[in-house]
Amino acid sequence: MARFGMVIDTARCVGCMDCVTACKTENSVPEGFNRDWIVYDTVGTLPGLHLEIRSERCNHCDNPPCVYCCPCGASHIHERGGVVLVYAYKCSGCKACIAACPYDARFIHPEGYADKCTFCIQRVEQGLDPACVAVCPTRCMTFGDLEDPNNDVSRLLQSRRYYTLLTEAGTRPQIYYLT
Amino acid sequence: MRELTTTRNNPMIDPSLHIWGGEIAIYLFLGGLVAGIMMISGYFLLRGRHKEVECSCLRMPALNIVLLSLGMLALFLDLEHKLYVWRMYATFKPASPMSWGAWILLLVYPALAANLLIKPPERLSAWFPFLSRLSGQLNASQGAIRAIAALNMALGAMLGIYTGILLSAFGARPLWNSAALSILFLVSGLSTAAALVHLVARDRHEREVLARADIGFLAAELLVILLFLIGLLSSTSVHIEAAQSLISGPYAPVFWVFVIGLGIVVPLVVQPLVVSHRIAHTPVAPILVITGGLILRYVIVFAGQASHWAPMAVSR
Repeated sequence: MARFGMVIDTARCVGCMDCVTACKTENSVPEGFNRDWIVYDTVGTLPGLHLEIRSERCNHCDNPPCVYCCPCGASHIHERGGVVLVYAYKCSGCKACIAACPYDARFIHPEGYADKCTFCIQRVEQGLDPACVAVCPTRCMTFGDLEDPNNDVSRLLQSRRYYTLLTEAGTRPQIYYLT
Repeated sequence: MRELTTTRNNPMIDPSLHIWGGEIAIYLFLGGLVAGIMMISGYFLLRGRHKEVECSCLRMPALNIVLLSLGMLALFLDLEHKLYVWRMYATFKPASPMSWGAWILLLVYPALAANLLIKPPERLSAWFPFLSRLSGQLNASQGAIRAIAALNMALGAMLGIYTGILLSAFGARPLWNSAALSILFLVSGLSTAAALVHLVARDRHEREVLARADIGFLAAELLVILLFLIGLLSSTSVHIEAAQSLISGPYAPVFWVFVIGLGIVVPLVVQPLVVSHRIAHTPVAPILVITGGLILRYVIVFAGQASHWAPMAVSR
């Protein structure tokens, strides 16, 4: 059983938004909506400011509240890699999953169903990286199987310090940020 | 100092979550009201009050069916993918409070219809004469009346509690993330129901009972609100921030004036005067209770969406 995850090196990310553009192009994300985005996190006071730039998206959590709360069975965990996906043809647009996500990673597609990052499952199943990872000019993003100890994602997590977003929310996110 | 700037800017999500509007507040209010009326009707049935011609338990089921249908209409209007509403009934998801709710709502209708059958409206039995026969058979059996009463009370309690669990199960929204919310919505449903039945009841004895009951429900509601706030204030920083949005933040004026002051405290002063016959029965207190119950749902739905785990993000 694979467990797909992503490792993002915040020391390398420059916030160029290539990942955002690639996602919109690959997945035909409608104008005005984003499946991934950039966060500029500034801490401290002048002159000691510290800026961290992150590419954020659905965390494809191991304990996904958006899947549990769905009354229609539209939100689900994909059979491969634990990827959290939505069957548009089952979604009633009740928005419970949006309320359930502490990362606010979901939105309502103009056609009415809940939409979100899919880890570009259509590419991953062909052995390719997700579009955002593939285009990153600083190579700050790495995608792979976290359960394979020889995979790049596993090696990075073994050798570098990392954190996950809102660990305290109890969702067990699968996107790891290197510091 | 910490400042977050995001490029996300998704509609309904940024700058702060706003996915549910008045429809959900109205639905939660009507759901609680219907639940309370079912429990009160069930109580009157158990006490054998249905033998009195003027008993509210004979007239409320028809009103309840209308109120519940209006609530479900509000819920339907909120859906973004309306043609797929039937998907809720193509499955049952035990981990999803909304799935429980969808099925409970469906079970409530037959319970209300059974209560209605004890004394069908005259126009209805003129069209369908078999209803009068059925009603006669029901009334001849004490067991059947008791079963209908128990069914209405049980489903009423489930409906009232579920509306709170629906919100409290969202761990991502700190204000809602309290088990006290389900009890608060149940008690608020009972207090608004007692107020509404008090308003429309024709029987003097019933009005007395309901005014007295409402004092108990309102006092319990005040206590549960206190427990709800204590729970949040003694939790993590995001929960404390959520509680403060009600206590001293942007929702404080509406919360203190309309929910606590006019919705609970004023009726708690007026109703004991009514019960002790120092003043006549007045519609003022019940109307305040009903309005307070509606505004409570609005405040919780809106303030809950504004509460969040992540530090406040600034869109650019």
